Amino acid sequence: MKISILGTGLQPFGRHDGVTPIEMGVVAAHAALDDAGLGWNDIQLAFAGSLEVLQPDTMIQHMGLTGIPFTTLYNGCATGGNLLLSAANAITAGAGDIAIAVGMDKHPRGAFSVGDTLESIGLGQWYGETGLALNPQYFAMKTKRYMHDYGISETCLDLTAVKAFENGSRTDHAWRRKAIPQDEIARSAMVCDPLRKFHFCSPSEGAAAVVLCRSDVARRYATRPVELRADVFRTRSYGSFETLSPSMPVKSAPSPSVQASRAAFEMAGIGPDEIQVAQVQDTEVGHEIMHLAECGFCKDGEQEGLIRDGETKIDGRIPVNTDGGLLANGEPIGASGLRQVHEVRRQLLGRGGRNQVPGNPRTGLTHVYGFPGVSCVTVLSV
Amino acid sequence: MAKRTPIDAGLFAGSLDVPRLRGSRCRSCGETTFPAQKGCPACTAQGCEEVALGTRGLLWTWTIQHFPPPHPYAGDADNFEPFPVGYVELPDGLRVEARLLGCDAASLEIGMEMELVLEPFARDEDGHEVVTFAFQPVSS
Repeated sequence: MKISILGTGLQPFGRHDGVTPIEMGVVAAHAALDDAGLGWNDIQLAFAGSLEVLQPDTMIQHMGLTGIPFTTLYNGCATGGNLLLSAANAITAGAGDIAIAVGMDKHPRGAFSVGDTLESIGLGQWYGETGLALNPQYFAMKTKRYMHDYGISETCLDLTAVKAFENGSRTDHAWRRKAIPQDEIARSAMVCDPLRKFHFCSPSEGAAAVVLCRSDVARRYATRPVELRADVFRTRSYGSFETLSPSMPVKSAPSPSVQASRAAFEMAGIGPDEIQVAQVQDTEVGHEIMHLAECGFCKDGEQEGLIRDGETKIDGRIPVNTDGGLLANGEPIGASGLRQVHEVRRQLLGRGGRNQVPGNPRTGLTHVYGFPGVSCVTVLSV
Repeated sequence: MAKRTPIDAGLFAGSLDVPRLRGSRCRSCGETTFPAQKGCPACTAQGCEEVALGTRGLLWTWTIQHFPPPHPYAGDADNFEPFPVGYVELPDGLRVEARLLGCDAASLEIGMEMELVLEPFARDEDGHEVVTFAFQPVSS
């Protein structure tokens, strides 16, 4: 069965002092419902996800107690992707015709802490006590090795950040709306070599929601539904290099992002060269660069030329993270993947405003990646 | 010698006097994992055997941790000094993540030879030195 997207909405990402994540989820859900021209009474299935909120389904008290099944899930930074997939799968299974997926989060300032009990994520407490168990270290070390193997320069890192903040400066709902000059990025404080302050996204607050339905009923609700051509979730294979890994095998394997994007292209029946706008996980610039290759947009090492030539900018060959991505919006983990869907849909409907990709793009891709080696990729089209 | 306590007894094979990391090797496919675990992540077989890992290897990647790690970091965050971290590729077919000693951003190079050492890391409630494992460049 085919699935269509009827509406999307955000509680714009940033800092919202005094606003609870549940309240932000409610704002995003109403925005998505308004966009779809539907009410909460029309929703037959709901899915919500969050890192910080134990039970995001408690938002139903504020939406209205309609008795619908409301599933919660959490898959690290891939939560948003799996929320959409799970909602689509439930519709495909016949559980209902119209569903909503809502992601929300509200993180403290600063780097993510692994918390009191590393055992709860399958690791020993020693791993955090000794100053390992830090995502930025992993991002830096994968980037460092990639630069060594494929000749990616520090300039390429800086240009990727320049592009992110430039796109953010054109996006009314972005958190970071100020363009940052290349030399300021290149001189910013080193966080984990080779990655500097302005190379990283920050944890933030916000929510995103998507209303979706069976494609054969979509025309009742929308004149221009966006089709979910593919939605794939993959966990890592033995041999991929993942965050929070006390060891990794010498034997190597493609990352979960590679596995998910390949399967998504197969499901959609198109190739990466047909994608006209993409949102890829840019926790920091190194991973945006590596994810370009992992998602099939170029070969390893070709990013250096691609980025220097401006091909990932809004008017480039493959515009990436057109709303500024995670760098300009921050990452409320539960919501991040659905923000990507919101942005790609805006672009496909020609609603991109000052950051609209030229040439009426008809196909887009979203990609999230996170701990412990999980990735979701969607292909969307109009 | 003052009594030394490992930060986690499960990390080491045998006596700390001759430090070796304790990993596990799959009886079915031969892949090695650290820390030791029962199930094999490579082939799904259950029942791995414990092995003492090699103590020398090549630096595969590295970074410098420039900010004090958040909780549950047990080091001295108030007098924090940036420290290097890396993955060292051992002859056992795996790369182990570790703190690195005796090197800095200027001297670190992918491919350099590293050896296992113990690093005094903190003191426990009884005043015993708590040690963890680290790698340092092999002195030429």
